[in-house]
Amino acid sequence: MATVELRNVRKQFGNHEVIHGIDLLIQDHEFIAFVGPSGCGKSTLLRMIAGLEQVTGGEVLIDGSPAQDVPPAKRGLAMVFQSYALYPHMTVAENMSFSLRLSGASKAEREQKVRAVARILEMEPLLERKPSQLSGGQLQRVAIGRAMVRQPKAFLMDEPLSNLDAALQGQMRLELARLHRELNTTMIYVTHDQLEAMTMADRIVVLNEGNVEQLGSPLELYQHPATFFVAGFIGAPKMNFLDAEVKSVSEQSLTLALAGGASVVVPRPLQELKGGEKIRLGVRAEYLALEPEGDLRGEIEALEHLGPRAYIHARLADGARLVAQTDGDTQARPGDRVAFRVRSEATHLFNASGKALTRPGPQTPLS
Amino acid sequence: MRRIRQTRWGLAVAVWAIALGMFFPILWMFLCSFKTEIAAVAVPPKLFFRPTLENYYAVLQRADYLAFARNSVLVSLGSTLLALALAIPAAYSMAFFPTRRTRDILLWMLSTKMLPAVGVLVPIYLLWRDLGLLDTVFGLILIDSISVLPIVVWMLFSFFREVPAVILEASRMDGATQTEELLHVLLPLCTPGIAATALLSIILCWNEAFWSLNLTTVKAATLTTFTASFSSPEGLFWAKLSAASTLSIAPILIFGWMSQRQMVRGLSFGAVK
Amino acid sequence: MTGEVAAKPSRQLHSKSLLAPSVGALLLWMVVPLAMTLWFSAEHYNLLSPGKTAFAGWENYRDLLTHRALWVAMGNTLFLVGLVLAITLILGTFFSLLLNQDFPGRNICRLLVIAPFFVMPTVSALIWKTMLMNPVFGLFAWITRSLGFGTIEFFSSMPMLSIVVIVGWEWTPFAVLILLPALHSLNPEQMEAARLDGAGPIALFRHIELPHLLRPMAVVAMIEMIFFLSLFAEIYVATGGGPGLASTNLAYLIFRDALLGFDVGRASAGGVVAIILANIVSFFLMRVMGRNLEDLR
Repeated sequence: MATVELRNVRKQFGNHEVIHGIDLLIQDHEFIAFVGPSGCGKSTLLRMIAGLEQVTGGEVLIDGSPAQDVPPAKRGLAMVFQSYALYPHMTVAENMSFSLRLSGASKAEREQKVRAVARILEMEPLLERKPSQLSGGQLQRVAIGRAMVRQPKAFLMDEPLSNLDAALQGQMRLELARLHRELNTTMIYVTHDQLEAMTMADRIVVLNEGNVEQLGSPLELYQHPATFFVAGFIGAPKMNFLDAEVKSVSEQSLTLALAGGASVVVPRPLQELKGGEKIRLGVRAEYLALEPEGDLRGEIEALEHLGPRAYIHARLADGARLVAQTDGDTQARPGDRVAFRVRSEATHLFNASGKALTRPGPQTPLS
Repeated sequence: MRRIRQTRWGLAVAVWAIALGMFFPILWMFLCSFKTEIAAVAVPPKLFFRPTLENYYAVLQRADYLAFARNSVLVSLGSTLLALALAIPAAYSMAFFPTRRTRDILLWMLSTKMLPAVGVLVPIYLLWRDLGLLDTVFGLILIDSISVLPIVVWMLFSFFREVPAVILEASRMDGATQTEELLHVLLPLCTPGIAATALLSIILCWNEAFWSLNLTTVKAATLTTFTASFSSPEGLFWAKLSAASTLSIAPILIFGWMSQRQMVRGLSFGAVK
Repeated sequence: MTGEVAAKPSRQLHSKSLLAPSVGALLLWMVVPLAMTLWFSAEHYNLLSPGKTAFAGWENYRDLLTHRALWVAMGNTLFLVGLVLAITLILGTFFSLLLNQDFPGRNICRLLVIAPFFVMPTVSALIWKTMLMNPVFGLFAWITRSLGFGTIEFFSSMPMLSIVVIVGWEWTPFAVLILLPALHSLNPEQMEAARLDGAGPIALFRHIELPHLLRPMAVVAMIEMIFFLSLFAEIYVATGGGPGLASTNLAYLIFRDALLGFDVGRASAGGVVAIILANIVSFFLMRVMGRNLEDLR
């Protein structure tokens, strides 16, 4: 069993509170990602779970028992650091067996465990080398190997791939996913890259300024963001946002006035809204269709050709910018005049404080 | 191409001349130590002579010279060990648990070095006299270790800071107690830096003259006191004086040459990479 | 957060106690003797008649400040410090620039140049006094006589300058020790870019090498100041402060009063003056060093 629970966990540095009362239950065996912009507190949260950072308030429970006063080594967790933090003066084998040496394991036991892990990670030829002789990817493997040797209840990973080049990152992502399946151990993964979180995690915790914005599966976060922040953070390219004003509310639908005179009818009877209320409309690039008669008019500023599809970056009459997805073989050019139609059932609505207003209906992308 | 070659050689000659010029006094003393006393005071000074080892024999046979040398060794090593014992924990604490006051404490420690020794000559002399520490090796060790402590802390601090804190955190995750962290990770990583610091401390204590001259007379006198006592020599002893002086400075010169790069790294505090 | 290790309350207490011995020792060193010096400076206390101490108030200071000796000593001290600092920094920079070039035997030259720093100050003074500057047997005397300049009595006619030469010889290598690696660490690409921009050797020095050296120069200046203000051994061995007071600095004056004149009161007053002087100098230096330490936060 390896559940980790956070109950009303708070963290203060001096007089400055950086984590404001977080509740979280991490299930056994799951791969959960903490994701968010720099400074949101994700690393601090991880370090509090690890025991490298003191908890100012609240409780950290590992397997049901309070752990906030337990020293890091006794929590049964292992950490993979962003900068690997390998011991430069020890060989790879010594790095990996250091924890066993400290706990008094016999030489035979140490060797056996190190070899077993080295085999899984395919790094047997590296065992006698020193960190200074290894490449970035190899260093990463050693750091993971060091954690694995401890056979922890859960792996804590603090942006482990951010120091690798793009190609290596992609490769290591798959490796980590494979490792997770093979070991079936809880993994708590911190990253600022929403793509990493989306591709690897069972569940994602989106953090912003010390608060949990939303907790859910990748698809949930993508299709049903609970807040304006999550909508803008998850998914690339970033969701388009338009300022809108409520024109009228009927029993079946909502009419919104957009800047520049366009209007959109959303098939959602949100009775709580009044005429004149200001809300924000969110729509993803794949739900903006190019239509000559469309309401949103503007000019193409740039195009990104990605092969199977292309992204049109346009500027509307009122200055707002949009990104729309279209076919890869589009003939559009920068400078062209363009118009869009919004797939109104695929829109996300957010009130002034950023909360999402009910869920949009079932969605299928346009192309 | 030829112009560059010429300037290259011109430069080499110029620098060699300067280097030899700077080293010359030491070289001259070294040569004199192999002359006979008569040859040593010959006018005009002899460049070519019959070398002899008689001076070295004479000096090493003197029981008091060996006593002075022994005192120098004891004081240098003793002060260095005491300073390291105090400084390693202090530098560790300041490097890895810095507070807002850390910078101020470091600067304050440095400022204690600015206190001119001569300003407290009188009280220290009287204190040492009353405590029975005058003319003792231990008394000299106490004073030398305090004198050298700020520099030792400063250098150790700058070397410790070069170790990324994540590595110590990793060792903590691996189960290390604070002592194990220090022994298995920090000290092995910083061994070159600690060695350089220790060597600098030995050099400073070995060459220390003010307190040796004022707090010792016969039993605990060091080589600095010994050489200073020849400030009004009679010409007849020059060759032996050269031999004694060469013996006094040789070990330190070699230590200094060996450790100079590492010492500079610590002293410059990151101003020099 | 980064760069610091998380400290549990127990660890933080522990880390304070790690600092305590060093801080305590230095505090003791500062407070007790300092207090005693201040106390003695206000007393009539002569070691030859220890029983008869009497309160003197400002008398020792008045004595000190009205006699020539103190002012001559202070003047000599400042002269010494200022001149040697200038010499070591200028020559040190010059030598470093030369040694930074590539030429055969460069590493050996470096070792030769820094050697004098490791020599005991007493031995240095001896070498210069007896072997080089001695008017009868010294090498320099022989050279000047051979060139027809007669004999120069270095220590009689220019005692302070002679001391300056000795100390300069000892400490210029120290400047090289610190400045040369600093120069070496200068990014060669910077120099290349400047050369492409048309900079000649003088411009290169002024605009690139010199600014890069300012920080290590500050370190050199600070360390040298600490040692020069209380220079003692060289004067003790080479000139004994003479002739008269000509080469007496503050340190030697106090030593003379205390251990040769046995006048504890007067020596303590002199000590206080020395401390005040050192504090003034160090105040300015700490500001410079503090700025150096800024980027370590």
